[in-house]
Amino acid sequence: MIDALGYTFMQNAVIVSILGSIACGIIGTLITVNRMSALAGSIAHASFGGLGLAYLAGFNPLIGATGFAVAGAAGIAAISSRKRARTDTAMAAMWATGMASGLVFIKLSGTYSADLMSWLFGSLLAVSTSDIAFAAILDIVILLVITGLYKEFLAVSFDQEFSMLQGVPADLIRGLFLILTALTAVLLMKITGLIMVIAMLSIPAAIAEMFAKSLWKMMILASILAAVFNLAGLSLAWMLDLPPGAVIILIAAFAYAVSLIIANVMSSIK
Amino acid sequence: MKETIRLDGVTAGYRRGNPIIYDIDLTVPKSDFLAIIGPNGGGKTTLLKVILGLLTPWEGTVSVLGESPAKPRPAIGYVPQLIPDESFPITVIDVVLMGRLRNSGLFRRFTRRDREIADMNLDRLDIQDLAGLDMNSLSGGQKQRVLIARALAGNPQILLLDEPVASVDHNTQESFFNLLGELNSTITIVLVTHDVGAVSAHVKNIACINKTLISHGETLSSESVAKAYGCPFELISHGGIPHRVLGSGKESKR
Repeated sequence: MIDALGYTFMQNAVIVSILGSIACGIIGTLITVNRMSALAGSIAHASFGGLGLAYLAGFNPLIGATGFAVAGAAGIAAISSRKRARTDTAMAAMWATGMASGLVFIKLSGTYSADLMSWLFGSLLAVSTSDIAFAAILDIVILLVITGLYKEFLAVSFDQEFSMLQGVPADLIRGLFLILTALTAVLLMKITGLIMVIAMLSIPAAIAEMFAKSLWKMMILASILAAVFNLAGLSLAWMLDLPPGAVIILIAAFAYAVSLIIANVMSSIK
Repeated sequence: MKETIRLDGVTAGYRRGNPIIYDIDLTVPKSDFLAIIGPNGGGKTTLLKVILGLLTPWEGTVSVLGESPAKPRPAIGYVPQLIPDESFPITVIDVVLMGRLRNSGLFRRFTRRDREIADMNLDRLDIQDLAGLDMNSLSGGQKQRVLIARALAGNPQILLLDEPVASVDHNTQESFFNLLGELNSTITIVLVTHDVGAVSAHVKNIACINKTLISHGETLSSESVAKAYGCPFELISHGGIPHRVLGSGKESKR
């Protein structure tokens, strides 16, 4: 594994893994405490339509995916602020429409299906410097927003109605949260692939939730866990010649199972 | 100022043509301790939302301390119904500090004074030793006190509580009402509940609501309870805490 670090593609993979874990831990924590993993899933799948369109029209797939993810997040925000009960339907429709339109666009563009597979299952060993730049900028934006508005994010997540009575602009906070979720989902597609984005956004945060006493501690712990899973998965995949995205998810799932057992034992001792 | 909350002919709901509360007139004088009782689905939560300014009435007017409720929200300290979420990672002091959000602002940290006020209110509710604990490790009664401390941290003139005793046991209920009785010396208290048994001796006035206001006064007759709940009740009082039993189906006498 150490000698593999001599290759530029491996260095890039390690850098993106670590940068991705920061976004993943912070946004995954907010998704988990707000019980919104289905929302993250539908945003991620909506972005697939943007990928297809980018291949068809010949522009950067990252831009296409980001555009569709953010548009999808905005759409859900608009629907859910009016009628809460319809959010479920809107998310399900967006999930499927994103996939369907992506498949149609890609077929029309005549793109080789390997490209498609790399988005669905991740392409950690083929990340570019522009991907690294995207990850770094996203981390900075997330860190600035969350540190600046931490008490508002905490209040809206814990008790939205009370926060509104306190004059917190809950719609603005929710909107920011959805847009950051969209951007994080696109970034994670590079690492574990579209299909496994939800797992990466929920498993590290779910483990952290068992052991953390406050939201910011949960964010830090989830980020560390995501980094460990990414790097362990990357090394193991390299040694065994397996797809890194899938190995990362399997390691995360195994750690989740172990944590459930530990948390159960801890609570029975108490 | 004599009256704190005043509703005139308030009709409100969520779907046009299907009002949840209808033509409600209600005045809450200063330093009142009012219990609003009514069955589930009888419009108690809707009434609360209208008073809080979260829901605009279709007809009628609402005023809190002489202004429309959108403006003087800081005058009301809101204690929502306890919803058991066993896993949200948050400490007691961070919950109480939320009551200071209005006095803070975006991109600002809570000041030393905010923290002092939060500590002071934990003290006032006798739960200062819980400050650093995980909210999930507390009992229902302790959580309820934390939510009251949070409401008081904004220094309100009115305390509004939604189903405050729904998730606490009977012994805790008694000490809880003693606490509210003490707070009532400086603050107007309004609580809503579906549980007639939750009305204690500390309560000064009782309003009975099921879509419309059925009665409002110092005492509660079993007729008005029967009317609100759609079935006869008998009210028996021992030790200052009224208990309720379901009537046998005949009209009760009292």
